[in-house]
Amino acid sequence: MTLLEVRDLAVEFSTPEGTVRAVKGVDFTVGRGRTLGIVGESGSGKSVTSLAVMGLHRGAKVTGSVRYEGTELLGAPEETVRKLRGRRMAMVFQDALTSLHPYFTIGDQIAEAYREHHGGTRRAALKRAVEVLGDVGIPEPARRAGEHPHQFSGGMRQRAMIALALSCEPDLIIADEPTTALDVTVQAQVLELLAKIQQDRGLGIIMITHDLGVIARVADDVLVMYGGSAAEQAPADTLFTAPRHPYTRGLLDSLPRLDAEDGEALRSIPGSPPSLLDPPAGCAFHPRCPVYAANPSPLCTGERPLLRQVAPGHQNACQLDEVTV
Amino acid sequence: MTGNDPKTALLTVKDLGMTFPGPRGTFRRGGGIKAVDGVSFDVRPGETLGLVGESGCGKSTTGRMLVRLLDPTAGRVDFRGKDITRTGQRELRPLRSKLQMIFQDPFASLNPRQTVQQIVSAPLRAQGTSADAIRREVRELIQLVGLAPEHLERYPHQFSGGQAQRIGIARALATRPELVVADEPVSALDVSIQAQIVGLMERLQRELGVAYVFIAHDLAVVKHISHRVAVMYLGRIVEIGDKHEVYGNPAHPYTKALLSAVPLPDPAAERVRERIVLLGDPPSPANPPSGCTFHPRCAKAQDVCRTEPPLLQITTAGGGRQAACHFPEA
Repeated sequence: MTLLEVRDLAVEFSTPEGTVRAVKGVDFTVGRGRTLGIVGESGSGKSVTSLAVMGLHRGAKVTGSVRYEGTELLGAPEETVRKLRGRRMAMVFQDALTSLHPYFTIGDQIAEAYREHHGGTRRAALKRAVEVLGDVGIPEPARRAGEHPHQFSGGMRQRAMIALALSCEPDLIIADEPTTALDVTVQAQVLELLAKIQQDRGLGIIMITHDLGVIARVADDVLVMYGGSAAEQAPADTLFTAPRHPYTRGLLDSLPRLDAEDGEALRSIPGSPPSLLDPPAGCAFHPRCPVYAANPSPLCTGERPLLRQVAPGHQNACQLDEVTV
Repeated sequence: MTGNDPKTALLTVKDLGMTFPGPRGTFRRGGGIKAVDGVSFDVRPGETLGLVGESGCGKSTTGRMLVRLLDPTAGRVDFRGKDITRTGQRELRPLRSKLQMIFQDPFASLNPRQTVQQIVSAPLRAQGTSADAIRREVRELIQLVGLAPEHLERYPHQFSGGQAQRIGIARALATRPELVVADEPVSALDVSIQAQIVGLMERLQRELGVAYVFIAHDLAVVKHISHRVAVMYLGRIVEIGDKHEVYGNPAHPYTKALLSAVPLPDPAAERVRERIVLLGDPPSPANPPSGCTFHPRCAKAQDVCRTEPPLLQITTAGGGRQAACHFPEA
């Protein structure tokens, strides 16, 4: 069952230095109970994509189509979007300390979000807040609900963020680097919690991260982004065992791994991610691409490549890939 | 081999401690916060010692004491056989050229109003090198770290994060140090750039024979670059030894849990992997648990763990590796 369907999503910002095309036509779908991982480096457009889906870009030009259970959100009245946002799809941000208001108690903030969508008394909303705080594993939720964000540890704050997102029982959660600021043992707890909640409630999850390990742990399907475009999309198993885009392969090769054989050198990708103000022509990756370097093809510098099917369920935007359907 | 051997060691750290003043108020005289407590290790010429642990474990504080950016409140650091913890700044200067540091945030650690030429030459000027020699040296250094001489007249903001870190490395290497303390040198960088910097540091070690103390929270990066690894928890070393022993067969339950928490970029392996999920957060150094500070999160904890702090000692797990645990993994 498809929850979210995104087609040809593009986001442009006007800056004093010129127009930044942060996302250039991305497609994906998320089903109930499924996790889509979106992976990319800084400037790849992964966070901009998620904010555009939530309708949280002010002053940006967003085009394409974002459908939530059939309802088009782009160009829809703000009222329609607001009813869905928070209620049906919710977001978990990286930095819980800046995302939570320092002045209000955790319980009040969750209760406020709940009342925004469900109405009812303040007392009933606070009861709901305590309930979800308990759901996400906060000990003594009734007492902790009366505390302020600074009284929570990093892991606890991220749990509170998840509780806030869950308070209205959404069907879809977009988590943007939810564990990046956390220590690895606390990250393991938070990922475990998300997996449990997903299993219990059949949530769809979009997990946005730069960490391929996190992707491997949680994602069913993976979208690899580079320079604002989709580079490759495949089921997680396929992507890690048989990556086809030279960028995906480069990323996996450059990753130091705990399970690596000894003395294996890291093969780094030369150069740096492209500037979005002045992106390379054609394939955004070609200036760093080993395949292009070995055999420069005009295909790589011509049209911007789009994802195409190269094997069942496997899409690649590399023009030089031979289709093996 | 992990004991202190002043004859072969370049750097010997003995019972190093750092106690920061605690919170004070009208009605309370805060006790100190022990950020680092009784840390001992040595670093041999040309090797890399990885220092890993989670936030607040004292790894950065330890690194800063090694180069005397912080004055330790206990213990000593011997560099090339000389105690540098009680040396005056004037006496320290010749040693400083052999002991350098690389920082996490390349932009915060480079002066935005200085050109690359000025930044990289600063340590040489401090050592009183002649202007001619400085110009020659800086050109050589900048190429050594993979930048071009035309970059020398530019300012830090004109560089990407990876390039800026190369400038920081060039500055650290300017005085041909024997030991570089690198505090999270790649954690602010994108994955594809991380590999470039790790590769550069490895090449420089081979070419120049420099030793590193590599401080990081990323266990995979530390495994890749280190020869030996020390795992820290709440200000203390809980396990130290050869990289293969520590990673392949961890003796301390914390090391084991830490390693199992790192997600592997391999979905098939992730599905079948045995994972130890620790309960709770790392405790605050302001109010550490009694006995073994890891006991509230440890599945193996017994009564003795709640009362007796374990000593760092050779275990039966093999090799010369040491662990601070009453019940180490065999």
